[in-house]
Amino acid sequence: MSSNKKFFQGGQHWVWLNAGAISISIIMVVGLLLLIAVRGLSHFWPADVNTFLVQTEQGVELVMGEIHSHEEDIQDGREREQYLIKTGNRDQYGIDFRWLDLKDVSDTKIDENVVVLERREWGNLYGFIKTVTMDGQSVEPTAENLESIIERANGLHHEIRGIEAGDIGSINYDLEQLRLEQRRLELDNELTPEALADLDKQREELNQQFLSYQSGLQELYTQAKRDSAEFELVGGQTRTVNAEMMVRSFQPNAMGVFAKIGHYFSKLGEFIFDEPREANTEGGVFPAIFGTVLMVLLMSVVVTPLGVIAAVYMREYAKQGPLTRTIRIAVNNLAGVPSIVYGVFGLGFFVYFLGGSIDDLFYPEVKPAPMFGTPGLIWASLTLALLTLPVVIVSTEEGLARIPSAIREGSLALGATKFETLWKTVLPMASPAMMTGLILAVARAAGEVAPLMLVGVVKLAPTLPLDANAPFLHLERKFMHLGFHIYDVGFQSPNVEAARPLVYATALLLVLIIILLNIAAIKIRNNLREKYKSLEQ
Amino acid sequence: METSIKDKTRKLLDEQTNSGKHKRRKIKDLLAKYGIATGGLSVIAAVVLICFYLLWVVLPIFKPAQVELNQEFQWSQSEVKYLGVEEYGEIAFSLNKAGQMQFIDLQTQKVISEETLESDSAMTAYSAMDLKGLLAVGFADGSFKLVSQKYQITYPNDKRKINASLEFPFGEDAFELADSAIKHINGKRWEDGLLITAITEDNELVSKLYTVEESMFDDGFSLEEDNDDSFSPNFEVKYLLATEGPDWLYLVGENGQAGVYRWRNGWKQTEQTQLLEDDATVTEAVFLLGQTSLLIGDSTGSIHQWFPVREQNNDFILTKIRDFKLADNPIEKIITEARRKGFIAADAKGQIGIFYTTSERHLKTVNFAQSVAAIAINSRSNKLLAVGANGTTDLFDVENEHPEISWSALWNHVWYESYEEPSFTWQSSASTNDFESKFSLMPLSFGTLKAAFYAMLFAVPLAIFGAIFTAYFMSPKMRGMVKPTVEIMEALPTVILGFLAGLWLAPMVEENLMGILLILILLPILTVAFGYAWHNAPQSFKNRIPDGWQAALLIPVIIVGTMFAFWLGEPLEAVMFDGNMPAWLNSIGINYDQRNSLVVGIAMGFAVIPTIFSITEDAVFSVPKHLTNGSLALGASPWQTMMRVVLPTASPGIFSALMIGFGRAVGETMIVLMATGNTPIMDMNIFEGMRTLSANIAVEMPESELGSSHYRVLFLAAFVLFLFTFMFNTIAEVVRQRLRTKYGSL
Repeated sequence: MSSNKKFFQGGQHWVWLNAGAISISIIMVVGLLLLIAVRGLSHFWPADVNTFLVQTEQGVELVMGEIHSHEEDIQDGREREQYLIKTGNRDQYGIDFRWLDLKDVSDTKIDENVVVLERREWGNLYGFIKTVTMDGQSVEPTAENLESIIERANGLHHEIRGIEAGDIGSINYDLEQLRLEQRRLELDNELTPEALADLDKQREELNQQFLSYQSGLQELYTQAKRDSAEFELVGGQTRTVNAEMMVRSFQPNAMGVFAKIGHYFSKLGEFIFDEPREANTEGGVFPAIFGTVLMVLLMSVVVTPLGVIAAVYMREYAKQGPLTRTIRIAVNNLAGVPSIVYGVFGLGFFVYFLGGSIDDLFYPEVKPAPMFGTPGLIWASLTLALLTLPVVIVSTEEGLARIPSAIREGSLALGATKFETLWKTVLPMASPAMMTGLILAVARAAGEVAPLMLVGVVKLAPTLPLDANAPFLHLERKFMHLGFHIYDVGFQSPNVEAARPLVYATALLLVLIIILLNIAAIKIRNNLREKYKSLEQ
Repeated sequence: METSIKDKTRKLLDEQTNSGKHKRRKIKDLLAKYGIATGGLSVIAAVVLICFYLLWVVLPIFKPAQVELNQEFQWSQSEVKYLGVEEYGEIAFSLNKAGQMQFIDLQTQKVISEETLESDSAMTAYSAMDLKGLLAVGFADGSFKLVSQKYQITYPNDKRKINASLEFPFGEDAFELADSAIKHINGKRWEDGLLITAITEDNELVSKLYTVEESMFDDGFSLEEDNDDSFSPNFEVKYLLATEGPDWLYLVGENGQAGVYRWRNGWKQTEQTQLLEDDATVTEAVFLLGQTSLLIGDSTGSIHQWFPVREQNNDFILTKIRDFKLADNPIEKIITEARRKGFIAADAKGQIGIFYTTSERHLKTVNFAQSVAAIAINSRSNKLLAVGANGTTDLFDVENEHPEISWSALWNHVWYESYEEPSFTWQSSASTNDFESKFSLMPLSFGTLKAAFYAMLFAVPLAIFGAIFTAYFMSPKMRGMVKPTVEIMEALPTVILGFLAGLWLAPMVEENLMGILLILILLPILTVAFGYAWHNAPQSFKNRIPDGWQAALLIPVIIVGTMFAFWLGEPLEAVMFDGNMPAWLNSIGINYDQRNSLVVGIAMGFAVIPTIFSITEDAVFSVPKHLTNGSLALGASPWQTMMRVVLPTASPGIFSALMIGFGRAVGETMIVLMATGNTPIMDMNIFEGMRTLSANIAVEMPESELGSSHYRVLFLAAFVLFLFTFMFNTIAEVVRQRLRTKYGSL
């Protein structure tokens, strides 16, 4: 009894409750990371394709597909177990998914011959190979033959994409530049007949090039369309798919563990290095990774010098009075201003005001379409630079404050000027702090979505902001972003269920990037603290 | 020897000085000083700019209208009855008592063309039928004619030119309407129909409904008579107003009597009412844009807005909504704006007032100094033309960009057209042209606070309790692991939290609602029970785990407890709520949305926990050790020391943690955007969603037109958010700095 009394009177139960609170928080973080990791990573694993024998009111039906999720609930007082089956074959059934009540399923089997075919349209096909036609000849309907026609078609597809996006893309770009050039001359009243003739000549040349590429393309397209294969679906229907529309085929049920691992990494590679397909619900996220990285790089280039200069001024040059203190508080507070406010500011000030003025002054020929006066990469970078400025300032200032004044005094006593002291001793010592600030800024910028929605991110950018056309880096272009990709595919996509695993994978990628950056920042900061601990004493 | 070193040094220094190196260093130093000062100050200025830029965009919405006299001249016609100005305000049209019509170029004041309505009898009434310039003119012989102003923009020689001409879209012939002279006429033209209503000299109401048929040969139209009706009103009608459709008919008498009728294959009276009190008389009655509201001008200088309001039994009752006051003189003319719910009223002494109904704004009064015979405003609402009784004409430039916004429109109850009662509503756009924009920031602010409230409800106990334990009871080794975990938690992008909340948590909560509620009860009990059991466990067993690792011990307990709650929730839900608690909640009248405040609270709480945790932990941890040691030495238990010594000392820090956490919850965008349905409702129900200021900006900003009222209101929302968080953060920061100095002295 006394132990009981001691427990409650001493407030031990409160201590335990407090411990519970931190445990819950840790469980939530770890659980969340695990959830994302498991769901994101399992997406690429080739799941078995089951064939279910289903009793329906009309009789017995065969359903084939991957088990997507499993659910138990209580319906009309009866416990019900359901599978959500990814049946694919959207062109046949209209939807990719279907619920199966387990009580209706009389038999389940796994057929080794089942082929999963990833297509450029209509999602996956699940079925059996019936015929394979290669160059007009019917060949043996084996998986190898199917793979060989897919490989050939993929090669051609790659070539076609290369010409379309690369060569023809750059011709189109040049043509557009010529049109703008002509318009500019027209506006400046310098469009002499000679200039016009010159422009026309260039245009003619480009058109000639275009036509030659065009005929090459025609040939490639016919080549790509040469082969096809016929598949039998589980219900007995058949589908003929042209090799041009095929991306990959595999037989998950026949795969061994190593084959599955190989498949896994090939899918992972596709995810990271390929472009999205089918309204972003299939394929990879390469443009989004590229856009995120480029935007963050540009932002770093802007934010680092600005943040460091402001911090150095506030800590080393400004008089430490109430005014500086107020400014410091204000800067600290800006870190807490909602990011969407920066987005609104970016849209109003950068995009409409600055961008609009740039268009008016330097690019009058693009009117009525805006060039810089519309959301784009540069404005997104600047907005995020502003957003992360307080982070860099605060971190750098902290680093500067940690440097003992004895070091500065020593340098000054040796006859160095203030700037020399700063440049040769103080800044190098504070560089890890700046680095920490920059890394934290990058981590924050990489995960920020709300302001980007206003100043330059799009769901699908036709071209990357960096390409082979001069001036190579196109600051005015719109770009894709991992965070926005998650929002868009997860919430705006027409086929959310099918896209969900991909969203988890994207989320995992983003989380990994950000966690790595943060861990780096934490490590640098800790090292820094250790380093100066001895100096402070 | 000593001197020689001294000399050598001096010589070296002199050499350096003479070589100019010193100078260069000095200059460099100076340059750096000013360079860094300029750079630093301009960065800070740029940051301050944000605040001012937001304000600069917002401010125009509160400006009154600007009216400037552009020209004054003498109108060439006398006794002008009707006046119209085309869209750009360059050409005016007028109709006088004699039935003469003319177009006038307002820049040169030259008459462009002149024409007289051919008729055997005198013109007795006229009425504008649509916003495109169609006029119905009634005559003494009971017939009427339809005539339209037509403006066409051409570009001869690359110069813009507006051609004005008269058009008779339904032919130049008069249509028969009544047997006696038409005293008042009112017409409406819509896509495929036309309604003419008139009051004859002997106070009989006649109306004819036509179907409009497009001619197959040219771009003209023909009228096919469809239906007609006539009756004798029980008072002398001075104004009649009919709506498109046909649907409503309002008859207004001089002393404020009003008869309300609806078209049911003929006019059926639904109501008889009195519009004015005391002995004021009606001096003008017109429709506001959209033909829902009546504007009644009276002899005391007031304008009253009335519209039919649906009552509980589905009947409509004509209700007075709001009053406007111009001056003390009788209102003579009211004209309405063509693209929004504003109007302009002129009184007998020549005061002209610009008003807006929804925002209840009296934007400007202009003194015209004489009685107004006719007044018109172009559809862009930037040129106002007034013709006086003696022919003096003023053309005003009007700058009135944002009349629909006022303090009351943003923050007060507003009675919108076709609403049953005044309400707080946010609905910024709709598909129709005569839409009344509803810019109440109340539901959005409410949603913001609601989301923040539920997030804090979830986050505060976890974060503060957790921080207290971590800072004060936890072993340093575990603390070294927990703190980075929480920092990672802080760094998680909110888009990922939002995505999980919307696509994983929301369905999960819906499925296991009972289990989730059970967790709330079970976990604390389980935690304390486990602690008690541990307390009474044999010492040898306890010794294996050092003190300060309770949190690690609890992790499996909590996981098992959660699973147990879910496991228990299902049968419990089956027994108590028929297996589906959300459906049960709906059946007892509590709305359940899948993406609701509970989900937002959990997800946003997750985002806020690390913020509150870090600051609280910092505050608790930096309480000087000699204070706690003293308390413990005097025999207090650790928890008593915590409550009586540590917490009071650290409370300002905890307060600032709460402030900053709250500020973060208020501004969070992606989580609310993804985890709620984003419906702007005002309801504290935890099972319903909300729309927050930030999510609203994210949704609507990309499609708002640059410089429009909508755009500026969204900027205002951003400014409100900015101020709000800035204020909270400043309070927190000041409190924290105080705390720091206080600890410094301890």
